[in-house]
Amino acid sequence: MLMILEPIMRVIEVPMKFLQTALRLKNPAWLFLFPNLVLFGLFAFLPILVNVAYALTGSDGILLSDRPYVGMQNFTDLMACESYLDPNSCKDDLFWRAVWNTVWFTTLQVGLMVGFALITALILNRDIRARGFFRAVFFFPVLLSPVVVALIWKWILQREGILNAWLDGLGLETFNWLLDRDWAFGWSVFLSIWAHMGFYTLILLAGLQAIPRDVYEAAMMDRASPWRAFRRITLPLLMPTMLVVLVLATIKGVQTFEEVYAFTGGGPGSATTLIIQYVYETGFAGAPRLFGPAAAASLLLAFVLVVLTVIQLWLNRKNVDG
Amino acid sequence: MSFTTTKLTTAMATAGFALLGSGLAAQEITYMCSSDGTECATAREIFDRFEAENPGVTVVVDEVPYKAILESLPVQLAAGTGPDMAKVTDLGGLSQYYLDLSPYVDAQYWEDSFGGTLDWYRKGADDNGIYGLHSQLTITGGYANKTLFDQAGIEMPGGDATWDDWAAATRAVAEATGTDFPMAMDRSGHRIAGPAISYGAKLFDANGEGKLVDEGFTAYVQKFVDWHNDGTMARDVWAGSGGSSYQDAAQEFINGELVYYYSGSWNVAKMDDNIGDAFDWVVVGSPCGSGGCSGMPGGAGIVGFEGTEHPELVAKAIDYLAQEENYAEMTAKTKNIPAHLGVASKGVEYPGASEGAANALNAWAAQVAKVSPVAFQYQGYKNNRAMFNITVERVTQAIVGELSVEDAMARAAADLETALAEAN
Amino acid sequence: MAKVMSFLTRTRGNGKLHWTDWLTYGYLLLGVLLMFLPVIWLGLSSFKTDAELERFPPRILPMAQETVEVEGYDDPLPLYQITGGDYAGRTLAQIRRIGLNAQMVDPTNPTERLNVNIDDRQAVEHFALATENYSELFARFNFLKFFWNSVFITSVATIIMLTVNAMAAFALSKYQFKGRMVVLGLVIGTLMIPQTVVLVPLFLITKELNMADSLWGVIIPGAATPTGVFLLRQYMLTIPDEILDAARMDKASEWKIFWRIIVPLSAPAIAVLAILAIMWRWNDFLWPLIVLTSTDNFTLQLALNSFQGELNTQWSNLLAMTMLVLLPIACVFVFLQKYIATGIASTGGK
Repeated sequence: MLMILEPIMRVIEVPMKFLQTALRLKNPAWLFLFPNLVLFGLFAFLPILVNVAYALTGSDGILLSDRPYVGMQNFTDLMACESYLDPNSCKDDLFWRAVWNTVWFTTLQVGLMVGFALITALILNRDIRARGFFRAVFFFPVLLSPVVVALIWKWILQREGILNAWLDGLGLETFNWLLDRDWAFGWSVFLSIWAHMGFYTLILLAGLQAIPRDVYEAAMMDRASPWRAFRRITLPLLMPTMLVVLVLATIKGVQTFEEVYAFTGGGPGSATTLIIQYVYETGFAGAPRLFGPAAAASLLLAFVLVVLTVIQLWLNRKNVDG
Repeated sequence: MSFTTTKLTTAMATAGFALLGSGLAAQEITYMCSSDGTECATAREIFDRFEAENPGVTVVVDEVPYKAILESLPVQLAAGTGPDMAKVTDLGGLSQYYLDLSPYVDAQYWEDSFGGTLDWYRKGADDNGIYGLHSQLTITGGYANKTLFDQAGIEMPGGDATWDDWAAATRAVAEATGTDFPMAMDRSGHRIAGPAISYGAKLFDANGEGKLVDEGFTAYVQKFVDWHNDGTMARDVWAGSGGSSYQDAAQEFINGELVYYYSGSWNVAKMDDNIGDAFDWVVVGSPCGSGGCSGMPGGAGIVGFEGTEHPELVAKAIDYLAQEENYAEMTAKTKNIPAHLGVASKGVEYPGASEGAANALNAWAAQVAKVSPVAFQYQGYKNNRAMFNITVERVTQAIVGELSVEDAMARAAADLETALAEAN
Repeated sequence: MAKVMSFLTRTRGNGKLHWTDWLTYGYLLLGVLLMFLPVIWLGLSSFKTDAELERFPPRILPMAQETVEVEGYDDPLPLYQITGGDYAGRTLAQIRRIGLNAQMVDPTNPTERLNVNIDDRQAVEHFALATENYSELFARFNFLKFFWNSVFITSVATIIMLTVNAMAAFALSKYQFKGRMVVLGLVIGTLMIPQTVVLVPLFLITKELNMADSLWGVIIPGAATPTGVFLLRQYMLTIPDEILDAARMDKASEWKIFWRIIVPLSAPAIAVLAILAIMWRWNDFLWPLIVLTSTDNFTLQLALNSFQGELNTQWSNLLAMTMLVLLPIACVFVFLQKYIATGIASTGGK
């Protein structure tokens, strides 16, 4: 695949080389950053700035010029609660239901998924037969679009779905999985793990492959036990990759939306309504489109994510140092 | 097909331009269309004739997902882009962008032919413009599985039966035949509005602004929630979903697991195709409440947008669809009920539909007369989508027990207040 | 647990299966069942008719009712096995159903009409693929055009994204400079706001740049993904600086170092990102839905979703389309996944 890019790279080399010498750059970091920063500035930072502006303004207009400034009103409305633990006591009960659902969802999903992804990666890294096939199998669900994932599992789990037909065939009691709040939630976590685990397995696998064989060979010579080899060699060397996986999984977990939305619609009631669904249904798909509260909610979410990520990075630093 | 058409029209455009050099020559307009079946293909056929009659004119039919019409189109219009014309369902919500066709069309013909539906597209009570062609009139109401009634040996309630009568009868049938569910209703704020109106919901305050919660509305919601709790209504439909997502129960009805299904006229083709010979089903319209026996009218219409560069052509194209024979053809091929009064009074012959389906469609057409004026007004109200969404969300919470009916209604009223305060 | 970890040390030894191997293959088998069966079932369902898809309870294989030509009747009649009543055990063809009774006829004796209770009959069915689900797709719209649009968007966006992200990741991992942490912080910061949330501002910007309803309007904004920068940077951190220093001694330009050393050494991570990027763009739905309005610019995902109307969904076509959309990306994956295997591990990573 890199062959395809070869001519492009050669072409880019000319101006890059010229710039590097012409500007007498000892450190051409900014040169390498520049294209990315342009794209980011226009299509990532700028929309977020507009989003901030939305959060501080009211009405259902989409152009900023149509929107009156309301200050922190959208934030205070979201935060107006007698008790944050009881959504019913909040002015915007749906937001807080979504918040608590998301907290539980992310905790379960990230914990289970990273655990299983690690086990799967370790197994796939063994000398097993048909490794390519198995690797493809575990990654396959990642290729499916979220809507298809939801569709498949909905058909399996619905009242007269495959699972119930199967239970019935075995003479067991059938159950309406998606009508029960806890089961619907549990299956949403499962479905989300099913759909994304392959991705994290792949990253971990790439990390495992990067650990040089000779390190293990040395460990073998020293007659280190496998468990010791894992703890002393694999885990530390895998830590940078593990960090990527944890940070990404947490962020993506908190932002889970499409597959669960297509799967349960956030129901039964609001049992599986997650924050991004709240944002989506309040803002973009709302009637009227209340961009203010939606943007405010998304910024609160982003703030929490930043805090979480910093904690993860900090813990990792401590780990590496210690 | 579209490829050859484009080629043909390009050739025609060149020829037309050379010959005439003026008029509508070499103009292209885009029509954003979403389909529940054959709507876009039928429009394409009619526009093919329109293009042949007007050399140099091209109507591009862009068939898009319904989601694009519902969610993307409003954003595009607000940002000042979008197509020249579209098939829309949020009739009132987008009315600020509609192109007034009245300067270009025979207003008298439109008034005579479409009457009340023209109001749905207007910006207010004192607006006399002509904005939209109601191409797909629908009406909500019930389907009953007649075979199950026969098997149970229970007589089907008559035309003036109340919701309670139906609930009792269907419960008895379900029990006698071992059917899973007596009744079900689509998960939609539009569907539940008809029954609520029948129970006296006014839906508007004295100033004509939306007001969701009143005695009548609460009365029906209370019944509706109770029916879910005692097993009369299939819980899967409303309680199985969340947010404002739509859910139907057609699959249950088609599989004979449901005695009575409150949905609407658009399901006829689907029932006809998928039930086939499995059992007999009949259209029974809307049951009655204390204040009437109303369903909700609905559907989609074709509008032009002010932003278009070719207003005259857009008007001409829509007017072409509105002509009696074209409208009749469109109605027949898409298996809809007509909003055109002339077409309706003559009756529509549905080619390719089974006898049962044709009868069902005509039975639906007869239901239009029973619709309450409140329902008509609600359908054209610009903030009705907000009210539909709030209804679905809050009533579901009452059904699954997250909120009591009383709390749910209080929340619904507060939600609508917020929404109306923010909406322009 | 300890034994499970012995996988890492690759002691497959003398060809005998250790119990950890059994555990391994058991896990893998379970994985295959759980990961693959649902997809196979999706594939089978795409060959079912609409009526069959609506059926409760669902069946694994697509089936169709057997019909038979009977003398005196214009259309073929559906066949039923009679399970009860006077004619139990016979196979009859149904003429019509009236209420609770079915009028039947024995194909071998077409003159005699028989009355059967509808509960006493069972349809005779055979395996049949509804291939029209697929063929209708090609008749209905310009499939190749959509396919080309999707391929174009996916490949161009992926190349742009990989190049730009790898460059940025290189700068952020291998250079010390003022503002490095600020840039990194901003990049990671944008991860926190998903695109779903900023669709409207993004659309306004794209429209101002005159990219609405053009393929570039999907490609360019899509290339600005922070995940890639983050992913690659973390990976490049593991590449020892000594290699770079050695190259600099040889007066290699910084670009050459990037292209000749960093990129090949990062191949596994780049392959992962490539798969991701391809998948994201290929499956992207909400963003193209807003940007693209004319059918000529549509992607496969948009065409797929146009089977969903307001009130009705044409499931049979939708499923067939889903399978067609899935195939190319599955092929791409099979092709790319071997790069992950043969990345650094084989080149030694010294």
